[in-house]
Amino acid sequence: MADANNPLAQFVIQPLIPIKLGELDASFTNSSLFMVLTVVAATVLMVLAVRPRAAVPGRWQLMAELSYEFIAKMVSDNVGKEGKPYFSFIFTIFMFVLFGNFLGMLPYSFTFTSHIAVTLTMALVIFLLVTVIAFMKHGMHFFSFFLPAGVPIFLAPLMIAIEVISYFTRPFSLSIRLFANMMAGHTLLKVVGGFVFPLGLLGIVPVAGLVAITGLEFLIAFLQAYIFTILTCIYINDAIHLH
Amino acid sequence: MNEEKNPQSEEDFDTRLRRARGNDGTDGRGGASLDSQTGKVMAFRIGTEIVVAVAVGGGIGFLIDSWLDTKPWFLIVFLLLGNAAGLWNVFRVTNDQGYAAGFESSKRRDIEKFKGPKDG
Repeated sequence: MADANNPLAQFVIQPLIPIKLGELDASFTNSSLFMVLTVVAATVLMVLAVRPRAAVPGRWQLMAELSYEFIAKMVSDNVGKEGKPYFSFIFTIFMFVLFGNFLGMLPYSFTFTSHIAVTLTMALVIFLLVTVIAFMKHGMHFFSFFLPAGVPIFLAPLMIAIEVISYFTRPFSLSIRLFANMMAGHTLLKVVGGFVFPLGLLGIVPVAGLVAITGLEFLIAFLQAYIFTILTCIYINDAIHLH
Repeated sequence: MNEEKNPQSEEDFDTRLRRARGNDGTDGRGGASLDSQTGKVMAFRIGTEIVVAVAVGGGIGFLIDSWLDTKPWFLIVFLLLGNAAGLWNVFRVTNDQGYAAGFESSKRRDIEKFKGPKDG
């Protein structure tokens, strides 16, 4: 796996500071390092950039304000007024995924969003939160979610099974979409990059391809963070406005 | 750029601010880019939706099978149900009905959303 040409070698988790908690391996890994870097970078942007509190914002302040307004608009469009208490949660998720994706685009960095262990954990937290919100708001009425109104009674067993499956699909589709896109993109970059030197002079062709793919990867890095966040909004909306 | 260099009175700034707030998001360009963005979002969403629903259905069926020792019947049934769930999710997403159960279109939800501020 240590082979330099292996396109999957970039995803290997390496413990930096080994920590053992009994049987549990809780080492501080390269993945943890980049999560810490992500949190630090996002915090620095949000805290330091708005420090001047200028009425006419500078570049950094504008960046922070635009990202804030972007999510605020997303929440009010998709959830409405009742979504306000969840804004900070949704904004945190967006910044975490977005900065994780973008930091992964730096050469020699590690993309923690390309690991299903990370994305599935986030998706399960969202899934549990949404279910708890729905129960707190609607109590036992929550189960009407699984039987659409107006369905003939003889179809009920089939419909309930299908709705339950589609409800449990949520965390998996949320996490697999993010992890698969990030992992596929970074593997593709490495594979195409591996063609450059063996081709000699013709290596200019894969380099041109790499430039285009890198641009595409930046689009996907943003788009996947956007999709992850907007689906969180939609799930919270479903939980609040139960049919 | 030139405007910034000129010394502006406090009042002038307020009128400019009000004017800037007035045409917030009505320049048309934002709408077009948002449309193409929702298209991309949909393309990414529905691809995984079918695959994952079949996998989750198969997983549930497999768990029930190993629990009740009825291999392979629940696996078969739940694979088909998962397929149906995936296709139906795609149908709902593409018909702008969101993820919530049922045939209710998101229009109804919009009306409820509209009612929200009136009540509060």
